[in-house]
Amino acid sequence: MRLDRGASRAAADAAHPGFAMRDETAAAGINFVHHRPTFDSKIAGIEPHVAALGASVSVTDFNGDGKPDLYFTNSAFGQANALYRNKGDGTFEEVAASAGLADLNKPGDGVSMGAIWGDIDNDGREDVLVYRYGYLALFRNIDGHHFEDITEKAGLRRWVNSNGAIWIDYDRDGLLDLYVTAYFRSDIDLWHLKTTMIMHNSFEFATNGGKNLLFHNLGGGKFEDVTDKMGVGSTRWTLAAASADFNGDGWPDIYLANDYGPEELYLNDHGKRFVLSTAGLESESKSGMAVALGDAFNSGRLDAFVTNISERGYLFQNNNLRVNEMSTKGRFRNVAEGAIADAGWAWGAQFGDLNNDGANELFVANGFISADRKKSYWYAMSKIAGANGRLFEDAATWPAFGNASLSGYEPSRVYINRGVAGWVDVAKNVGVTDLYDGRAVALADLSNRGAVDVIVANQNQPAIVYRDYPDSANHWIEFKLIGTRSNRSAIGAEVLLEAGILNQRRVVDGGSGFASQNDRRLHFGLGSREWVDRVTIFWPSGIRQVVTRPAIDGIVTITEPER
Amino acid sequence: MSDVTATTASDRNPLARAWQRASKIDPRYLIAFLITLVLVAAQVRYHMLGSYDRLVVALGVCMATEALLSWFDRGRVVNLLSAYISGISLTLLIKPQGGALWPFALGGFLAISSKYVLRYRENHLWNPTNFAIAALLLAAPDRVSVLSHQFGNDLTTNLVIWTFGLIIAARVGVIHITLTYVAGFLLLNGARALAFGQPLLPEIAPITGPMYQLFIFFMITDPRTVVRGRRKQIIVAVLIAVMETLIRFASDKGWPMPTAFNVAPAFFALATVGPVAKWIDLRRKRPTTN
Repeated sequence: MRLDRGASRAAADAAHPGFAMRDETAAAGINFVHHRPTFDSKIAGIEPHVAALGASVSVTDFNGDGKPDLYFTNSAFGQANALYRNKGDGTFEEVAASAGLADLNKPGDGVSMGAIWGDIDNDGREDVLVYRYGYLALFRNIDGHHFEDITEKAGLRRWVNSNGAIWIDYDRDGLLDLYVTAYFRSDIDLWHLKTTMIMHNSFEFATNGGKNLLFHNLGGGKFEDVTDKMGVGSTRWTLAAASADFNGDGWPDIYLANDYGPEELYLNDHGKRFVLSTAGLESESKSGMAVALGDAFNSGRLDAFVTNISERGYLFQNNNLRVNEMSTKGRFRNVAEGAIADAGWAWGAQFGDLNNDGANELFVANGFISADRKKSYWYAMSKIAGANGRLFEDAATWPAFGNASLSGYEPSRVYINRGVAGWVDVAKNVGVTDLYDGRAVALADLSNRGAVDVIVANQNQPAIVYRDYPDSANHWIEFKLIGTRSNRSAIGAEVLLEAGILNQRRVVDGGSGFASQNDRRLHFGLGSREWVDRVTIFWPSGIRQVVTRPAIDGIVTITEPER
Repeated sequence: MSDVTATTASDRNPLARAWQRASKIDPRYLIAFLITLVLVAAQVRYHMLGSYDRLVVALGVCMATEALLSWFDRGRVVNLLSAYISGISLTLLIKPQGGALWPFALGGFLAISSKYVLRYRENHLWNPTNFAIAALLLAAPDRVSVLSHQFGNDLTTNLVIWTFGLIIAARVGVIHITLTYVAGFLLLNGARALAFGQPLLPEIAPITGPMYQLFIFFMITDPRTVVRGRRKQIIVAVLIAVMETLIRFASDKGWPMPTAFNVAPAFFALATVGPVAKWIDLRRKRPTTN
């Protein structure tokens, strides 16, 4: 007899969100503080602006013990990155130095902006790429405890002023390829500037940013630059990228959130080339900061949430919640309105079922620069915002920043999805109250208990770990995927879960949001449903695997079949 | 003979012929052409609208309000060109939170109804669009902004709009107002920058932005709300520039005032100086004798 009592025992609303979040950073032993970089004195006037990025967090299980670990990047010379090993008792141990992943912020090499983890050689251990304002750095995981710098050997020692990267197996050969986004031009050394003409030349349609790069994994730890061959060298000041098979043709596509310009969708043409799609994204130019992928309305498709800037009176660029209609209409449709459209100066965001009711919530980090509360740079910014691009392309002509704030002290938002009633912010109700300058947001079930914990890396400030306490009456299921023909990390694999009327899709991400990467394991809330009818796994190799009636309220490991 | 020669030369010159033809056109049509040009350029090059619903709402509400109120007030529906110009201006200038449409509807209603309600001696005092935007910014800064589109910060687009704008302003006979205000802006804000040790370029940069293009070609030169007489018009343009400089000075100093003043100093300079000047001008107007 079939028993389906609906999405949850009680529909979530602002008064009864169905979960609570607690800041348990200190209790977990995580004391990471991000430090921003300092640059050439020629741009001292706007250094707070230029140096306002670099706090990142990525989730990995670097030692393969089944417990998610955390890696934070720092951005000042001499400040260490941090690798927190999950001890399994709710606490973490910082092991970056012994692992060889701490000392990455050095003159001549640059400063870290973020990291992505993936098993590039399919040896069962996750390797890591650190992207910097400076040289890329690729580290091979030797034994689950120590890492070896293989950047030079891999052919990746390239200077890129990057704020983002993703792993993507674009040609489905079972090896993870690498897409690196570039912000400032790659000929710019921010510590030794030959010119101050380094900024964007339009607030809306700038194309003078760094050139994004695609590297093909040749195997044997070597990579080849195939950017031009594959047609993905956007110069639109990309801040974030994410990948999924948006149009359902079996090939992973690339979605870009660009600052000072419209978003871009590169559709994968059977691994032979990428085609810049006109998917309705070109009609609005905004300041894309992050792109999060999730099934916003349980349609069985992956939608895109792109964060933007809003500031009282000055600017309402509005966040975009783009519903994926690629397979039917060849486009995305923006349905963001009300609370979800305006989060402030929004940065990292992620979809996750925080209350396990079967519908995704959305966590959004906010705030750009928190300094003097009484001084705002917005008025100064408004002076040059309408000027000819050549004027503000020159960093030296910007009004001096001083100790002003720019959209500082903004709270994070936690939106719950009420269906036709729209999204509502419940951050205060559930206990998310910090006013840090949030940047990267990553989700992970840190204690393997069926809850989506949220880790936020804050710029020039301490990181926060919010533990999720969902309604215990709701059920859940998580999937750990192991690729065989596909890359071992299963990055790019999509899971479609069907349980009664619940129909939800998730993707194993190789980097998403802003400067972040979620737990590779996929979490689904089930509400009151006591079983899952069917799970379909779309492996990157093209294999489609169906699993019926998997056990719920636990982590299910699924290995890719050979055919 | 010389007259004949001159006429012939003029006839042969297409620019001169166009100039002569333009002189016979109702100025409102020229202004409507210019603002349509701005809208089309902004949409074609920069997808400024995002969607056309806001244009439909702003135009629809402006024209419907004008039609209704003029019929109630005068017993006939007046020419709707003025409402058309207001509707396009609002579409270009307003950017609401979350893509809401109500600011376009409310702004359109406020703009047109202000012409029928806020009157003195049968004349309205505020430029309708200026009034509506100032009211929206003051009342709902959490919901409405004006600075979201910069037309690509592109010099070419700026030059096209400035060129057409100046030509049409000359033909309509208001170019002295435009040029006086621009000169006043540059001088006063240049002096402000020098006096307070600020870099010059950022202080004078706003004049090149699209908000100012709409301001100097459509708001400050609105034939129905400027004072009578070229000399007085120049004086008022200078006063508006002075008021704007004072607002900017207050913003520089961080003096407490509504955010709206920081966001759109020129709009609030016109919204405060313009009606007072118009009121004084109308007060001095001799009553019409039948």
